[in-house]
Amino acid sequence: MTTYGRGLRGLSLGAAATITVALALVFFYAPLDANQGFIQKIFYIHVPMAITALCGFVFGGVLGAMYLRTGESKWDIRSYVAIHMALIFGVGTLLTGTIWAKASWGHWWVWSDPTLTSFLIVMLLFATYQPLRFSIEDRERQSRYASVFAVVAGAFVPLNFIAVRAAQQYVHPRVLTLTGGNLPGSMRLTFLVSLVGVALLYVTLWKYEMAAKSTRMQVRALRRTLLGEDAVAPMKRSAAPS
Amino acid sequence: MLRDVSVQVPAGSTLAVLGRNGVGKSTLLRILATLLRPHAGDVLVFGEALPRRAFAVRGQLGLLSHDPLLYRDLSGRENLVYHARLHGVGAERVETLLDAVGMRPRAEEPVRQLSRGMVQRLAVCRAVLHSPRLLLLDEPLANLDPAATELVAPLIGRGAGATRVLTSHDPQAALAEADLVLGLEGGRVAFLATPDKVDPVAVKRLYA
Amino acid sequence: MSTALTVLRKDLLLELRGLETLPAMVLFAIVTFVIFHFGLNRDTIDGQLAAGVLTVTLLFAAMLGINRLFVAEREQGGFDAFLLAPVDRSALLVAKATALFLFLVVLEVIAVPAFGLLLLGPSLGPPLLGLIAVLALGNIALAVIGTLVSAIAVQTRARDLIGPIIGLPLLLPALIGMARGAGPLLATHGASWPPGRWVAILALYDVVFALLSYAVFDFLLED
Repeated sequence: MTTYGRGLRGLSLGAAATITVALALVFFYAPLDANQGFIQKIFYIHVPMAITALCGFVFGGVLGAMYLRTGESKWDIRSYVAIHMALIFGVGTLLTGTIWAKASWGHWWVWSDPTLTSFLIVMLLFATYQPLRFSIEDRERQSRYASVFAVVAGAFVPLNFIAVRAAQQYVHPRVLTLTGGNLPGSMRLTFLVSLVGVALLYVTLWKYEMAAKSTRMQVRALRRTLLGEDAVAPMKRSAAPS
Repeated sequence: MLRDVSVQVPAGSTLAVLGRNGVGKSTLLRILATLLRPHAGDVLVFGEALPRRAFAVRGQLGLLSHDPLLYRDLSGRENLVYHARLHGVGAERVETLLDAVGMRPRAEEPVRQLSRGMVQRLAVCRAVLHSPRLLLLDEPLANLDPAATELVAPLIGRGAGATRVLTSHDPQAALAEADLVLGLEGGRVAFLATPDKVDPVAVKRLYA
Repeated sequence: MSTALTVLRKDLLLELRGLETLPAMVLFAIVTFVIFHFGLNRDTIDGQLAAGVLTVTLLFAAMLGINRLFVAEREQGGFDAFLLAPVDRSALLVAKATALFLFLVVLEVIAVPAFGLLLLGPSLGPPLLGLIAVLALGNIALAVIGTLVSAIAVQTRARDLIGPIIGLPLLLPALIGMARGAGPLLATHGASWPPGRWVAILALYDVVFALLSYAVFDFLLED
């Protein structure tokens, strides 16, 4: 059983440090945006979260493909945790996005930003992941179907962005160029540091959750060996095999 | 749930599986039919390991289960032709079998309108359409009157020449048919013996 | 491929015998047009609005077909029958998707003229070929994703719910393509051919998801 705990302390410290530096840059180094003022700084958390969530979904798809290829349940658990974390970061993205939209354009929701719209669609799709998983009782089938979903949904992410971008005629100027194309130097640095910080946070949390699940599984296996099969009741809604 | 079931069936012989409802007889058959995957242990059919080599043995198995596996809105003939095509068997075989079980006159009617005995006869045809080497029979004589039982005997009985694994509600009938008897109780093997060595008390206890 | 043909033939035969799903889909579409007439309070619509109404209606009618796609298999032991046969299991995807595609074609043959009659302002004549192209590409998307999602849903507890909630977001890019592709076609003095960009997006979507579905379908049928 892989120990996910290895290197976890270093990773956590790294993530914490990067985020602290990022925050410092955001508040003290990055210039104030002429049009939007202070609220623009939410961009430094919003966009990195968005990128991380999307990459997390695609990562979950890759892990799902690994499960389908090898049949080893560890890949399925990794895929589950990846998607589940990405969903949380995604909710954060949507919330920060709406706050920003309200502050800078006066509306809680704007259709004219293709990225936000694409993101909403992706979130609507992945929101069905957990209901799907937990409505399948057979453990092995649950893993297989979840992996199929992860693969198809992961492939969907880029396609969706292409389609929505083509569809939106945005009236507002593009602030969110994901390649950071037209950001002045100081903003770019702050953005990159924030991006790294958020990405590290994602990986750290992923490892934490994997470590927790893996430990719990090992404890249950030990209890089963010591106390007998029937002493350990199967867990209800859980992606990890009991 | 089945546990620690271990048995070997020589080619051409018949294994009877006895036990109460729900003990796992149907599960065992479904595993052998490649429809279910065992959680642990080895399953070898014709020397091929399941589930990995399932595709290699599938065409040589015939399953007769509780569900006749026939579409109710299609006629008997249409159902059998569908299965024949899936198994790469010619249409003449369908006609031969329909004759053998005496279903020719009613082969055009939708299965929905047929009695259970007739449906069972069609199901037998479906199971042996591709002349399988291994027959998995889950209560094969259910719903069949004596006349019909005689009709299907050459197809799924001892004379068919296939290796057979069968379950039955009637222990005496099963014992008469079998070369080897497996008794299941609580998901585990209660006994495994040839019919002459089977203790009638043990059999009784299975169904108690 | 002969396996796919066998299964397809069986499904078409079953539908012809039972004749439940197709009439329901057609009826549903026509009633929806009436609802839109009242909901929008318009006698005629054109352009992008018309394309949107048509796309949404076809989508929801398709959902009826999608929910029923594997019903016979589930209820009459058809899965087992197929799984016992020594055949390539992805053929089931091809067969079912083709069946669904054909159902959608029949649906559109009736529903689109009905739409022209009931709600559409401009005539259907000039843009007909372009419209057929857009609908054909959209049908492929609906057929492939519909089959995939239906196969997933049939094994879950909440089967009637899971199908639409997974399928609808997945289909969004294709629906955008259909609606935006048809928009210029249905405008008064509109175009006769859909904008190239939307044809490209639909085609890309179809290719990617057809290949992907074919690759993963096997895993859905194992037990």
